[in-house]
Amino acid sequence: MLSIKNLQAKIGEKQILNGIDLQVNAGEVHAIMGPNGSGKSTLASVLSGREDYEVSGGEVYFLGKDLLELSPEDRAREGIFMAFQYPVEIPGVSTINFMKTALNQIREYRGQQALDAVSFLQLMKEKMKLVEIDQSLLNRSLNEGFSGGEKKRNEIFQMAMLEPKLAILDETDSGLDIDALRIVANGVNKLRTKNNATIVVTHYQRLLDYIVPDYVHVLYKGKIVKSGSKELALELEAKGYDWIKSEATVA
Amino acid sequence: MSKSNQVLEEITSKEYEHGWTVNLEADEAPKGLSEDIVRFISAKKNEPEWLLEWRLKAFRQWQKMVEPKWPNVTYPAINYQDIIYYSAPKQKVKPTSLEEVDPELIKTFEKLGISLTEQKRLTGVAVDAVIDSVSVATTFKEKLSELGIIFCSFSEAVKEHPELVKKYLGSVVPMTDNYFAALNSAVFSDGSFCYIPKGVRCPMELSTYFRINAANTGQFERTLIVADEGSYVSYLEGCTAPMRDENQLHAAVVELYTMKGAEIKYSTVQNWYPGDKQGKGGIYNFVTKRGLCAGDHSKISWTQVETGSAITWKYPSCVLKGDYSVGEFYSVAVTNNYQQADTGTKMIHIGKNTRSRIVSKGISAGKSQNSYRGQVHVMKRAANARNHSQCDSLLMGDQCGAHTFPYIDVENNSARIEHEATTSKIGEDQIFYCLQRGIDEESAVALIVNGYAKEVLNQLPMEFAVEAQKLLALTLEGSVG
Ligand SMILES: Nc1ncnc2c1ncn2[C@@H]1O[C@H](COP(=O)(O)OP(=O)(O)OP(=O)(O)O)[C@@H](O)[C@H]1O
Ligand SMILES: [Mg+2]
Repeated sequence: MLSIKNLQAKIGEKQILNGIDLQVNAGEVHAIMGPNGSGKSTLASVLSGREDYEVSGGEVYFLGKDLLELSPEDRAREGIFMAFQYPVEIPGVSTINFMKTALNQIREYRGQQALDAVSFLQLMKEKMKLVEIDQSLLNRSLNEGFSGGEKKRNEIFQMAMLEPKLAILDETDSGLDIDALRIVANGVNKLRTKNNATIVVTHYQRLLDYIVPDYVHVLYKGKIVKSGSKELALELEAKGYDWIKSEATVA
Repeated sequence: MSKSNQVLEEITSKEYEHGWTVNLEADEAPKGLSEDIVRFISAKKNEPEWLLEWRLKAFRQWQKMVEPKWPNVTYPAINYQDIIYYSAPKQKVKPTSLEEVDPELIKTFEKLGISLTEQKRLTGVAVDAVIDSVSVATTFKEKLSELGIIFCSFSEAVKEHPELVKKYLGSVVPMTDNYFAALNSAVFSDGSFCYIPKGVRCPMELSTYFRINAANTGQFERTLIVADEGSYVSYLEGCTAPMRDENQLHAAVVELYTMKGAEIKYSTVQNWYPGDKQGKGGIYNFVTKRGLCAGDHSKISWTQVETGSAITWKYPSCVLKGDYSVGEFYSVAVTNNYQQADTGTKMIHIGKNTRSRIVSKGISAGKSQNSYRGQVHVMKRAANARNHSQCDSLLMGDQCGAHTFPYIDVENNSARIEHEATTSKIGEDQIFYCLQRGIDEESAVALIVNGYAKEVLNQLPMEFAVEAQKLLALTLEGSVG
């Protein structure tokens, strides 16, 4: 589904990604871990098409298409969704209105008719249940005055609405209390099918108890320095990153 | 960013959608302004002696006045002798039905999307359309007159209801109020008149479409709305204008008068030709709009969405004379390219327990300048006056300017005045968030801007709000910074 080869990216003169290789197939969950500043959010941004980052090398294919050639909105329309680490506020625009606009533009791109009000409402009700989110929150201005946890839950609601093929969750667990974490993870699990894939960026093994990954990758200084099964996450939790850092430096 | 530059380029290349002219055989006054011209206008309109005298008095005052220089706008000096002060579409006989109206005019209405027959009846809007200074057709008059509501052109009111016109003309905006009001008082061509009798709630939105048509014709409209005790009316004013090379002067006067317990809601969507991307052409809009809450418990509410004109100088104001009277001002002013707007409001608290609320949302893009100028004046007598002002500015790109000039004058200690102001930029982060959800850049800007202006747009009647949203999106298409 997603094939990343030797991906390099920089911002200004600063090189951040130093040759990333990653292969994600449909039905898989990949966890990306790594110390602060290692480039996890940058990778997510580059994949979703943020233009502050300049891709200086490598290639990315998504469902057979050259991803780097696509505009950010077309990447979204092709089925890439990113749950932001820091979702922004849009005053005066409700989540409902925002989702209606997004969904209909995506549908238009795919040659589908716009959803009528009734079907939209039905879809919304169904997804609200899935991520246990309250309608009052969805009527409010997008992310404005939301608590950290509410923002994250709202991201997952949006993901549920848009039904992406590849979801990238950037630290969706941070700022969540135990119950919210369970709810969000449940939501993600319920949305899993054999046709879609998920990349989970996290610092904590805890999330991976709920969203069980098929692979765990460690990103360090803009490179994937170690990959393994879900046990790797446990090991990291126990030992920290130092051993990986020294391994990486030696190699 | 290279992208935002390219996008800024795109706005400037959007052509004005309403740019076309209609060939109407104009019946014009010669260029220039003198007592003779004032007499010519008055004679053309078969006006009574008292109105001619009133005009002449205003003209003599105007000659002694100077053009205001304090607004934060710059423009080449206006040559008042180079303007035609009267022009009317030719009509030999007064039409009794639409079939008799010049088909060119009907075409004009159709281009404007105004169907004087069925369409407006369905949407519940009565239209008094003004083309080149003369009201041509008025609909729904009969239905309204059953309720005793008078809604007609100003000239007609002068003929049919002289006692009302005589009583209220200039009662809110005195002829000598300011330079442009004096000019208007001397040469006003036509406009709308509305009277709502005691205790009547006007069942539909009253609407006037203004249109500037003949080249070099200054527009001097005059609107007077009187709401008698306990009555209510919602009035809509909407404008488009064809593309022009020369700058066209527009100096309208709007007077609102509410008696005890009455309410007037006045909404404007202004979309005059703003000039091209080099800043050439466009309408100069110097308007005096004022409402007088004469009676206790009366209310006047101004809502405006300003997207057009090269230069806007406009301060819809409320004089809160009656005790417990309420004044409101909701405004979205958008400037793009080389547009300049100096707009805001004045809330003059005279009566006790008077309240006012100001919500101003400025949006600047391109190389434009957008100023909010607001005055809150609490007079000695106005015990327990309350005001809340909120002035927000949104910047798009880094070549535009937003300015806020709040003036607060309090002569009574019991007053409570609150003022909040914010300035923000449409963030790349906000845009990217939208893009990532599959929303294209233009829709993203429209979404963000409409969200920003929501509090004001919500004040507009439904069908107007939709039009206004489209207009905002259109005016700002692509302008991301
Ligand atoms: N706009 C920017 N300008 C300059 N440096 C940047 C910018 N964005 C990211 N960086 C740098 O790139 C590096 C990687 O940042 P990134 O946000 O991808 O890290 P991360 O792995 O997501 O970290 P965290 O775990 O703290 O979220 C950091 O050193 C960061 O300071
Ligand atoms: Mg990060």
